[in-house]
This record gives sequence, C-alpha cells and structure tokens, in this order.
Amino acid sequence: MTITAELIAEHNLSSEEYGRIVDILGREPNLVELGVFSAMWSEHCSYKSSRIHLKNLPTTGPRVIQGPGENAGIVDIGDGLAVAFKMESHNHPSFIEPYQGAATGVGGILRDVFTMGARPIASLDSLRFGQLAAPRMRHLVDGVVRGIAGYGNCIGIPTVGGETTFHPAYDRNILVNVMNVGVVPSHRIFRGRAEGTGNPVIYVGSKTGRDGIHGATMASEEFAGDETRQKRPTVQVGDPFTEKLLMEACLELFGIDAVVGIQDMGAAGLTSSSFEMAGRAGSGLEIDLSKVPVRETGMTPYEILLSESQERMLLVARRDRLDTVLEVFAKWELEAVVIGQVTDSGRVVAFFEGRIVADLPAAPLSERAPVYDRPRVAPTPVLSRGWENLPEPGSYGACLRRILASENVAQKSWIWTQYDHMVGTNTVERPGGDAAVVRVKGTSKAIAVKSDVNPFFCTSDPYRGAAIAVAEAARSIAATGARPLAVTDCLNFGSPERPEIMGQFEAAVRGLSDACRALSTPVVSGNVSFYNETDGRPIPPTPTVGMVGLLEDVDRRVKMPFRRDGDAVALLGNSRDELGASEFLRTVHGRDDGPCPEVDLDAERRLVELLVRLAEERRVASAHDVSDGGLAVALAECAMAGGLGVLVRLESDVRPSALLFGETTGRALITFAPGDEGSIGAAARAAGVPFDAIGLVRGGRLTIEVNGRALLDEPVAALSEIWTTSFARAMEESAEVL
Amino acid sequence: MSRGQPRFAIVVFPGSNCDQDCYHVATELLGCEAEYVWHRDTDLKGADVVILPGGFAYGDYLRAGALARFSPVMESVTRFAMDGGPVLGICNGFQVLLEAGLLPGAVRVNRGLRYVCRDVHMRVENASTPFTRLYEPGEVVRMPVGHGEGNYTAPPETLTELEYESGVVFRYCDEAGRVTDEANPNGATAGIAGIANRDGNIVGLMPHPDRCAEGLLGNEVGRKMFESAVSSLAESKV
Repeated sequence: MTITAELIAEHNLSSEEYGRIVDILGREPNLVELGVFSAMWSEHCSYKSSRIHLKNLPTTGPRVIQGPGENAGIVDIGDGLAVAFKMESHNHPSFIEPYQGAATGVGGILRDVFTMGARPIASLDSLRFGQLAAPRMRHLVDGVVRGIAGYGNCIGIPTVGGETTFHPAYDRNILVNVMNVGVVPSHRIFRGRAEGTGNPVIYVGSKTGRDGIHGATMASEEFAGDETRQKRPTVQVGDPFTEKLLMEACLELFGIDAVVGIQDMGAAGLTSSSFEMAGRAGSGLEIDLSKVPVRETGMTPYEILLSESQERMLLVARRDRLDTVLEVFAKWELEAVVIGQVTDSGRVVAFFEGRIVADLPAAPLSERAPVYDRPRVAPTPVLSRGWENLPEPGSYGACLRRILASENVAQKSWIWTQYDHMVGTNTVERPGGDAAVVRVKGTSKAIAVKSDVNPFFCTSDPYRGAAIAVAEAARSIAATGARPLAVTDCLNFGSPERPEIMGQFEAAVRGLSDACRALSTPVVSGNVSFYNETDGRPIPPTPTVGMVGLLEDVDRRVKMPFRRDGDAVALLGNSRDELGASEFLRTVHGRDDGPCPEVDLDAERRLVELLVRLAEERRVASAHDVSDGGLAVALAECAMAGGLGVLVRLESDVRPSALLFGETTGRALITFAPGDEGSIGAAARAAGVPFDAIGLVRGGRLTIEVNGRALLDEPVAALSEIWTTSFARAMEESAEVL
Repeated sequence: MSRGQPRFAIVVFPGSNCDQDCYHVATELLGCEAEYVWHRDTDLKGADVVILPGGFAYGDYLRAGALARFSPVMESVTRFAMDGGPVLGICNGFQVLLEAGLLPGAVRVNRGLRYVCRDVHMRVENASTPFTRLYEPGEVVRMPVGHGEGNYTAPPETLTELEYESGVVFRYCDEAGRVTDEANPNGATAGIAGIANRDGNIVGLMPHPDRCAEGLLGNEVGRKMFESAVSSLAESKV
C-alpha cells in the first residue's frame, strides 16, 4: 500500500513530520509503521508541544527516587518505603461516553502505579463540568461519578478525595483528572525497561480487540460539531475485575524477583509499551503479533499494534523464571503469552504470520519525537470591569447562604458517598476535610493527598492561578499536619496550535515551577491534555495539581472541624481587598471577571512551615485552609463539620464583602486552648506569619462582627442543612431527564 | 480445637477486596492467627472461624455472589458451617452466603440505584450469636456500609421465620434506635442489615465491622464482632 497525502493527514501527521519519518527510516514507511509513528508522535504520547516548557519544572529533590518519564513518580517516605503517584486525564473519552471514559481513566492510572511495584492505596478525582443546566450535563456528571465508582469500588482502591467545579466554560469539554497513590518498598521498584537480551516478552491480561484504536490520536484533536457520537467506538470499555486479578498477580510476582521490566498498555497500546520499554533500556524487541490473544478474528497487525483495549500489560521476565511467572498468572486465571524476546538490535521488529510487518528503531520513536516551540502570545491578565463600585450587599448572611448552596462550594457528599472511600481500612480522614489522610500500615506514618486548581484564577491569570494551585494544595496538606513532599500535575488546555493557548500554557508552567521551587515540592510525574476545545472555544486553563504530603506520626494529624466550646480561633495570614474571580462575585453578582488574587510564595512557605510545626508540637485543636468562598465560608465549614458555633470579631479597613468572601491566598484558620494564645502568637510571629486572634468557638451560631458591627449571624444547623443538601438537590432536580 | 488462640480462615475469591482488611483485624488488632484460603482450595487449614470478606467476587458479574458460590472452597465452608463452625459473611461475603443458600433470602440493587458508602446505625437484635455476644441486646452501633446491592428481601414466610426465630441480627435504625425509612440506606425489608441461620453460627451482614475495628479509624465498635467469635470459641473449649 502506498502512503498517500490523505493517509498521512488521516494519521494526524504533518508533511514535515512525514519527512522526518522518511529521514529516520531511510525509506517510506509501510501502513503499519505509519500507524505506529502516528500514535507515538501524537501530542498525547510525545508531549511534542509541551516538552520544551515542561523541562523547566523542578523535578529533583532529596526524596525523589523517580521523576517524570516513567509510569509514575516516586518519593521516599523513610523506613524503606516510598510512594508512587501520578495524575492523568481522561477528558475526551469521558465527554463521549462518561461511564466508560471515567472508569477506564481510573483503570489506567491504577496500572501506572502498580506497574512501578506499588500497591495502590488511594485515588482522587478532579472534575470540571459545565453548568448543570447545559445539555447532557447531568448525564455526564452522573455517568462520570458512576464510572469512577464502578471501577474503583470493584477493584477495591478507595477514592478518598478530589474536587469538582462547575462553569459554563466546560459545557462542551468536561475534564476528568484521576490520581492514584501507592506504597512501594523503596528497594523493590519496577520500571518499564526491556533489559537482558534473550529475556521473554510476555503479554498478559485481556484479549486485544478493535476498541480504542486511535484513542491517543483522538485525545490529540479538538471536537467539532456533533462528533462525539461518531467517536464513541474509540472509547474503550473497562473491566475492573480483570484489572484486580492483574494487579494482584503482578504484586505477587514483584515479591519473587522474576520480573525485569513491566509497562501498562495504555494510550497507543502495544505500540507505546514496546517502543518505550525498548527505548528506555536502549535495547530492542522482537514480537510476534500472531501470538497476541485477540477478541475477534481477522484482526490486522495494524489493529493489534494500535488497539487500546484495557487491562493489558507487557512485561519482560527473567529467562530462568519464565515458568514461575506463567504459573502465577495462571493461578489468577489470566491469559499470559510469550510474544517475543528482548534483543540488542535497538529496533522493534514486529512479525505477523511469519513475515515482518514493522521494523523500526526504538529510540527515535519514544525519545526523539519531534519537539515544537509553538508560537505563543502572552496572556493578558483579566482586570476589573468595575466591580469595585458594586454596592455592598444588604445581607451578608444571605450571601453566605447562597455561596454555601452554590454548586462549587456546596458539600459534595452526593459524589463521594458513591465512592468506596474506606476499603483498605487506611482512610483516617475521609473526604470533606482539607486533604485526605491515609495511614501507611506497618508504620506510624500517614500520607496526606490533595488535588487542587482554581480555574477562575487561571482564566484571569494563568501564571498566578497555577502558582496558587500549588500553594493551596500545600496549605491544605499542611493544615492536616503533613509536610508537602511532591507534586504530580495534569495540565488541561485548549489547542496548542493557537498562540494564545500556548501563551497560557507557558505562563501556567512557569507558575507551577516557581511555586514548586518555593515550596520544595518537585514535580515527579504528570500529564498534558491539549485540544480541550469545541468549535474553537477552549476551556479555561486548568493546570490541576496533585500533591502528596507526609505525616511522620499519624496521631499528630489535625482535623478541620471545630473541636471544643471555648477554644480560641486565630487567622494566620493577611486579608487583602481582593474579590476578583471569587465565588462571591460569581454567585451573588453573576460575574466572573476581576484580577486573580496575589500570591506571595515566600509567605506561603512560612505558613506551611508553621502549620506543620504546630501540628508536630500538638498545639492546635483544629486547622483549615481558607480558599473558595473566603473567610466566612472557611469559618462556616469548620463550624458545620464540628456542629459548633463561633463568634468572630474582625478589625479591618478591608471592605466587608472582601473581608468575608474575598479569596486572598496565604491564609488558614487554627483553633487552640485560649490559654495558648500568647505562645502560639509568638510562634507565628517568630515564623514570620501574621497572626490575628479573631474569635471563640461557642454556642450554635456563626456570628461575625466587623469593626464592632454584627454583619452576619446565622444558626450553624441551618447553614449545614443548606450546605449538605444543595448539591444532591441540584443533581436530582431533573433526574428523570437522565 | 487444641490451640490457645483461635485461627481465622479468610476466604479469597478472585475479586475479594476486603480480605486484607479482615486479616489485619484478626492478626494485628486481635493477635490471632489467620490464613488466606484461595477459592480453589478445599482445605480450611484447621480454622476455627471462617470469614467471607467483602469485595466483588468475580466482579459481581451476573449478580453479586452468584458465581462465587460455585468455587470449590464453598463446599468446605458449607461442611464447616453444617458442623456448627462459626462463619461470618461481610458485605459481598454475605451475598455469597445468600447465593450459596447458607442463609435465606436475597439482596437486590439498592433502592436509590446507587452505590452507597457512609456510616449507618444498626440495632443489635440478636446478641447471642458467636459474632454478636459481646454486644448488648438492643444496643445501637454505628458502622460503615459500602455496597450497591444491599437491599435485603425474602419470601414472607422466610421473613416471619427470621423474625420469630431471632434470625434478624442487625436492623438499620437512627441514632436513637428507631427503625425508620430514612435510616435505611438501601431499602432492605424491615430494615434488615444482617441475619443468622437458625443455629446462629452463620451470620451475614451488609455493613463492615472490619472497617471500624480500631480507634485510628474513629470507631472500634466492629472489633467486637471478631472478639465475640474469639470469646465464643474460648468458652466452647472449656
């Protein structure tokens, strides 16, 4: 078959890229080879537009065992243990088919973690939806939540946290970002490397079908019109039961020194796993596609190489342990087949029915894919459209109630009660607090995990928004008493072919870099999702941050709810006159303009240090990060969760609406025994953190006075009723339409 | 039964996912011995107590527990139970006991058609089984549930029999012990959360005692179910 210009275009390759292929091969590729290049050089697999910027991220640190480039990043937590984690997007498939799209997203990220040798112990999901009233939106929310639940619950990995945002800008491009964290003995980490000439290459797991062919290329294109229906066959179907068997079998094998290297067949399936494993090791592979277990007859080598059927792994075993490996897979009732062997040729050679169907050098595909410095236009931060002149609200209490009922702030128990968040019996702090806390069995340690990003801030200013995402995640983690360790990211943007999107991307990556450097939290893994746009309308820049922190002593963790009547409440950090991009402006005034709040990364670092130290010294009764909805919402959350009221007296020249609802960064609430005010205040001052004793936990009302005037006085039980039921009501409202 | 500490057998079906949680309770928290028994084994390894843990045996494909009951291990479990050995089925393990006919009735998909994971309250209706003897009759306990199919039902005559023969072991209730519709997480008939066979040695329940057996998790009430078994065995040895 001759390769025509149409075929090249259908494979999403430019004519320059095709020229590069011909250069590398010294000949024209055949169709199978063209498919392989197309998948490996897709944006999704090759990071060709993002690589040049991502290299600026800080990726090293004293605890980093594995940085970006492997299936997951790994960070040392001491005592011979490490945590492996990564976040990934499944945006495009989830919009097309929400249940399977989200489910296979969970399956994929779990495989990324357990292939490193780690047992997954916690998942998080970071979701962005359009407004609930948009077409299909309740169906999408319902399907995504069911999909995450269906997969995670069945395989038995708890989904312990996450966040969900709703905004019309996501009406036609939802985001499903899933993160997983696992624990691995630090001396027994596995990598995706095909080493040892003559070692067998084993295919294990589900059979290969025609599903998901070109999934990676699909995720590298924008949607147009009503394409989502036609693209449904490119979405894969998940089988969590098979994955459970695969996970247990692999973990059993990792314990007996039989596996040399292993990789999940994720995006671009057998192609990416074989080329990447050989590329990383500098070796070669010979594989016989006729031996790959297939679901349908008549599958071509092209289809077998590019299928994205789920729950499949490629592994290289020690030659002398092959029988053991096959026995373990047989015990778990998995189909495992030797499909080839490791060579030292530097090439991946694929056979089919006795003839060579592809013969390509491994390294240029996986490690020397094209790199683009795409044109970009620096973003212009959004400024005010005059909201400074908006009148102060008549009732601050009514504003608080509306914000608590808003889709973005309302409690999301409707979502997390559908997730098994307790299986594994490690979930010490369940969803709903700051960060989730998961203990590490066999030690006194726990890890705190949090995903974060405020897309409204990022719309206004991608640099600051991204930096704030890191700062906020760190603050949430420190509020539990854990020390932030490292970051995984999932960078969701529109088309990189548009200069304004690349401008956003560059600025956001710079924001992440600066914040991760300031907070000593290197980026150890991540994922880029471009082309999140439909008919030329891109999503807001959404650089999701997933952070992991370490609590040396799980008994020293700090919770969010107010604990004792009579405790003193202090605000750490300064409040500024900032209302831009706040939930208050969106909910009360229906506008989402305004400048992103400022961020002072040094101040954030000092606050994190202080929170961690206060927890270590057991000096606080509760702590909570101040973020969405501002100080009033943060106070309400502590009060509602603890079933206790609070009387707060503020002295400030900041305008009351901004003082109560502004989303100034770098702030946290703590409570402690009233007698400790002097010593804790002194500790804060010594740490360079502004400290303001603002009130007392007492009674059953949330009361806020500003400059001697009572601005807000609401019964906590009534607020709680609004906060805990609004989201379920909004979802069930037109449940019959689902 | 000659050993000092009782020995737990924890049955592992392909797709069980609370097996390690039960093992942790038996060994780390109670200091007992425990053995995993793979579903294809028929040897219960001299166990004194058998636990069928939660999870999704065979992915719950077809129907929760429907395939697991054909596993070879179930013959041994049945024999053990018929000899009076204490058997506890938790969540999916309960579903397997129902499918295997070791306990009467069936579970359907939750009333709300959604998986539900949260704390519920239950009243202890029968505090004389080997798994509940350390509770007070009528005691209200808080335990987590995590299931999509927990809506217990049975033919009217079976229900009558359960009620008259103390077959109902736990019933969903509110914090004050009132059996109400709002307190029922899945629509189970008569708020039934857990049942026992006539002899009381086979107990199954939807909630998870294994998830509330230590202070670190904020709730230790479930540990008593495991301790009940230990104390019951100690007594039978005397």
